Amino acid sequence: MEFLAQVINGLQLGLVYALIALGYTMVYGIVKLINFAHGDVFMVGAFIGYFGFTYWGFPFPLAVLTSMVVCSLLGVTIERVAYKPLRYAPKIAALISAFGMSLFLEYFCSLKFVFGPNFRVVKRPFEEVYWHLGGLTISNIQVTIFIVVVVMLIILQYLIYRTKTGMAMRAVSVDHNTARLMGVNVDNTISITFAIGSAFAALGGVLYSVAYPQIYPFMGIMPGLKAFTAAVLGGIGIIPGAVLGALIMGQVETMTSAYLSSQLRDAIAFGILILVLLIRPTGILGRTETEKV
Amino acid sequence: MKLSRQSFVILAVAAAFYVVVRAVEAAGIISPYWQMVLDQSLIITIGALGLSLIYGFTGQFSLGHAAFYGLGAYAAGVIDKLWGHGVFPFFLLSLLAGAAVAGFLALLIGLPILRLRSDYLGIATLGFGIIVKVLLDNSNKVWPVLGGATGMSGTPQVASFNVIFVIAFLIVLLVRNFVFSSYGRACTAIREDEIAADVMGVDTTRIKTLAFVLGCALAGLAGGLYAHRYPFLHPSSFDFLKSFDFLLIVVLGGLGSMTGTIITAIGWVFLLEGLRIVLGQNFIDFRGVIYALILIVTIILRPQGIFGGREWKMFVPGIKTAGAPKEEVDRHVSA
Repeated sequence: MEFLAQVINGLQLGLVYALIALGYTMVYGIVKLINFAHGDVFMVGAFIGYFGFTYWGFPFPLAVLTSMVVCSLLGVTIERVAYKPLRYAPKIAALISAFGMSLFLEYFCSLKFVFGPNFRVVKRPFEEVYWHLGGLTISNIQVTIFIVVVVMLIILQYLIYRTKTGMAMRAVSVDHNTARLMGVNVDNTISITFAIGSAFAALGGVLYSVAYPQIYPFMGIMPGLKAFTAAVLGGIGIIPGAVLGALIMGQVETMTSAYLSSQLRDAIAFGILILVLLIRPTGILGRTETEKV
Repeated sequence: MKLSRQSFVILAVAAAFYVVVRAVEAAGIISPYWQMVLDQSLIITIGALGLSLIYGFTGQFSLGHAAFYGLGAYAAGVIDKLWGHGVFPFFLLSLLAGAAVAGFLALLIGLPILRLRSDYLGIATLGFGIIVKVLLDNSNKVWPVLGGATGMSGTPQVASFNVIFVIAFLIVLLVRNFVFSSYGRACTAIREDEIAADVMGVDTTRIKTLAFVLGCALAGLAGGLYAHRYPFLHPSSFDFLKSFDFLLIVVLGGLGSMTGTIITAIGWVFLLEGLRIVLGQNFIDFRGVIYALILIVTIILRPQGIFGGREWKMFVPGIKTAGAPKEEVDRHVSA
């Protein structure tokens, strides 16, 4: 039972990672860029949600929605300002720009007139309720996270495989120029991808801050890295891969904390990543590309 | 020993740099604080040249360079703290040991992971960097001397400007000679096209591993100097943000340009400290914001890096320094 409880904790963490990992993997799929600023969009999302339900008196769903809208605008702005000028430059240039953007968001949000540098304790917008099922205890937060993430995944799946926008996104991810020749507006499609990814990160941020109620401007770094790792683990650019990787990351981290040592959990998580990459260099669900000479 | 004209120019430039620093120092213009910044900039230059070999010249994307810098710092630091006590030969030995530890671990990790390509290699090295940081954070449980998350102090502070300068100078020569040797050519070939290099008979695995080990050993050497210049070592000084510092320097300087790496390394360290002075106490919070903006603007304006693969001709053998055309030698690097 103890073990099952840990599995549920791991699932909770993994689902939140999945929301962040989706943004990484979608952006990587479409512009082949590791968007280091993504973890900081997650942080901004957590803050906006917190302000929404704590100071502005929004009901929880409205606070979440506000946060998602603000962050998708932020994501699109970041792409237009920092990545678009470098789209056809060497890949490393955009990566450096992404890293600069990440630092900018962290330090800008630490300024006293923005969010301030301190930790803030999040007062949950609803009481935490526990349900006992047999020997197992489940909280309403865990149920909320589970339902919200699953619904969002279904929506995303629909969006990508059943709509025109989704088709455009898939086309651009294969080849920008061909997609453009077929009449796809590449710039808009990339913007939409950033908007969706950032909205998911914002949702992840709000859920994370409710589940682990403490926020600060540098909170995005580690979950960002972990989620990115999860995306690579599952096979970057592949949406089910991101979810699979995130669930594995969540389990590994929770199990290491519970049964080994909480200090070693990052080392174990990244150790597993390296091992998986050595066995399957393109991730668990990744296709091995044959190199053309 | 017969000195070529070029070696003479390099020596002359280095000597001039040294004399200027010493003169300014004697005139009392450099405070101990700025002396420390200068020493730091030379130490970072050594580490950055290591990454320049790995990424700039061989094209192997590494996001874990600071791990090797930290391993070198801790290895050299603990050896000198326990057994060397700052005696000069021991100090040099501990530096070598630091470089050797970093190089050896680079060999162990490099052999398997250098098979990975571009971003995947970057993530694997990033993961390695995080693992090293976690292990350093918990190192006191195995060996209390290392201090773990509380940091380690007590390494004799014997790295003077003279020592750091001489070592940095020797490393610049070493890297220059490596880059223009047949090994260096093989590295550049791998960076441009690994399959083509393989087909042309370059033992790609061997050359990649060689460049990786050498570059990481340089990071270890730089770490050893750092341990002997700054009295307090802490695992968070060697986290992945530090790895990014090295990466920024190499990329902003221009991939495949030693000149770019050296100048950007020194300039970057001074810029960071300079911002502290310029902003003053009231605006110190803005330092990070301005740092980030400078980074974004520079890379957007110069995506190929400040030097974009060009090299000062004094670094390029076989080109006469006198009578050569005035413009810099363009080795044309397509990244």
